[in-house]
Amino acid sequence: MTLDGFENGRTARIVAVDWASLDESEGKRLKALGIDEGVEVAVTRRGVFGTRDPLAVRVGRMTIALRRSHALAIEVEPV
Amino acid sequence: MTRKRIAALVGNPNAGKSALFNALTGARQKIANYPGVTVERKAGRLTLPSGEPLELIDLPGSYSFDAASPDEEVTRKVVHGEFEGEATPEVIVLVVDAANLEQHLVFAQEVLELGRPTVVALNMIDLAERDGLTLDPAALSAALGVPVIPTVAVRGKGLQELTAAIAEAETHAAEDAQWRGHVTMPERRLVAKHMARGATLSASARHTIENGIDRVLLNPWVGPVILFGLLFVIFQAVFAWATPFADALDGAVGAISGWVSGIMPEGFIRDFITEGVLAGVGSVVVFLPQIVILFFFILLMEASGYMARAAFLMDRLMAGVGLSGKSFIPLLSSFACAIPGIMAARSIPDPKDRLTTILVAPLMTCSARLPVYAVIIAAVIPETSVGPGIGLQGLVLFALYLAGIVGALVVALVLRNTLAKGAASGFIMEMPRYQLPRIKDLAIGLWQRAYVFLRRAGTIIFMVTIALWLLLSFPKAEPGESQLDASVAGMVADGLHPVLEPIGFNREMSLALIPAMAAREVAVSALATTYAVDAEDEDLAAEGVTDRIAALWSLPTALAFLAWFVFAPQCISTIAVARRETNGWKWPTFMVVYLFVLAYVFAGLTFWIATALGL
Repeated sequence: MTLDGFENGRTARIVAVDWASLDESEGKRLKALGIDEGVEVAVTRRGVFGTRDPLAVRVGRMTIALRRSHALAIEVEPV
Repeated sequence: MTRKRIAALVGNPNAGKSALFNALTGARQKIANYPGVTVERKAGRLTLPSGEPLELIDLPGSYSFDAASPDEEVTRKVVHGEFEGEATPEVIVLVVDAANLEQHLVFAQEVLELGRPTVVALNMIDLAERDGLTLDPAALSAALGVPVIPTVAVRGKGLQELTAAIAEAETHAAEDAQWRGHVTMPERRLVAKHMARGATLSASARHTIENGIDRVLLNPWVGPVILFGLLFVIFQAVFAWATPFADALDGAVGAISGWVSGIMPEGFIRDFITEGVLAGVGSVVVFLPQIVILFFFILLMEASGYMARAAFLMDRLMAGVGLSGKSFIPLLSSFACAIPGIMAARSIPDPKDRLTTILVAPLMTCSARLPVYAVIIAAVIPETSVGPGIGLQGLVLFALYLAGIVGALVVALVLRNTLAKGAASGFIMEMPRYQLPRIKDLAIGLWQRAYVFLRRAGTIIFMVTIALWLLLSFPKAEPGESQLDASVAGMVADGLHPVLEPIGFNREMSLALIPAMAAREVAVSALATTYAVDAEDEDLAAEGVTDRIAALWSLPTALAFLAWFVFAPQCISTIAVARRETNGWKWPTFMVVYLFVLAYVFAGLTFWIATALGL
């Protein structure tokens, strides 16, 4: 299951990230913000109207915004 | 002779480096509550307890030395001593957000590995307490091997202790501590987690305030409505709230003009003061209240943390034209002025995304257009209400702002599919915590904006207006001839007028556009001066520029003039900063040409359609 399809508000553990599908600098930025294998995250909000894009994701004590295209590359499992 | 000592402020974006810089040096760098406010290095002077001066450098926030965007590159270069014309900083002041240690300690390890004397400012300790965290600075200091000073930069807490620590820091380098050797990201993250846990005495429920507010402001349906409602209120307020103040200023300028006419003998000097200085510069200064109101709202959005939420809400729309929410903040800054907007684009990692943002930034309605719009709207749009609390004038102003936004989005879409073609860029952004804006910071921000506006009026607008007045006043007209016809400026206008006549511009407008290349507000002062010089008698001369436009311009002509200013790149400074930011003349030239073409076409369309409709 990817982060994109994961239920809002529930904690997920990242099991794999398809770094190859992401732009190199964006991958770097995601890692710098703490998105990486083994990290626990939770989707807190999804964007405007029916598009569900972008996503607000909680990592530790911080909330970051990212796009569905990124969330689709992030494989998660429920904790 | 001792060499000048240098210390640099380093840390994650939005950790409060600039706020600390301001508090320590007395500078007034822009601070706001979103990541990426500072995009270049700034130096200031800090006096150490010994009385010795120290150069303190404020740097853009960075997530790592492995730079992803141009602003982060500046930080990497300065810290590594690769920045041209600058010595390597001896002391590093590492600023970390106390409420987000787990995240900020990752980059902190990278900084500490430099082995430079380092002091840690555990900043925003008050917000950490609000979030239910109790921290132990001594434990963190032991773990990091460097001094840790709790600070609240915006309230001036911990500054003395920090200054003292900086003074002592040079004597001892960072001690070898347990984190050394953890070079991979997951390892660093694990170390950061352990250190954060070790420094936290107690932690209660997290993010309660943010969750509650975001539930409403980021709601998929309500959020966008609130955002557009807010923008709408801002433009209504610009007219409605400013009116009494603007009228008072206008009255004061008129009174001074009357007083000068009364006490001074007729002649060159009196005309210079009344027609040149008061009519010209005065016509711009009366818009100060509008500018202050606009900035009040912008500063409020920036300081509270709402700006990043607006970017979140706008991202989908920006994605539709090939940009991202990252471009939203530079573009929103451009509502104030395109120059900081274009510079803020440095925080955009993708080069093509950044270029597109720079090229469309001048389409966002900057505050310099406000006097132009306001004077024309006041002259030709009736002050009627079209609904409860909705004035027609404010509505027209809102429409002009929308026209600029739509124009920017359409141009961005075209550019992203042609000249700046490339893979769609993403949107990854940290959402800051909400903060209650402090009245003092708001007041300083407003004062700075008002000062800049008045300084422009007193320098560039003043000089251009005076030059125009001289060109309008000589040679003197023969009896029976109009002064405008006889003057040098009139002849220049005659040359340009044939080009602009098809789109409905009269000769005074054509004339006003030339000096307005320096700055858009000059269009207003130029029109005011032109009408004052050309007035046949004292009564006409005493009338304000608004009354003259109302009397002389047809509605299609006035609307065409408004449409022109939605697009026209009439600002030398914007062109200059675009040259600097794109390293050459190629893109600014392209920008100027495409904007003038759009201005001409849309002013023409507006004029022809309005005429055909019989307006």
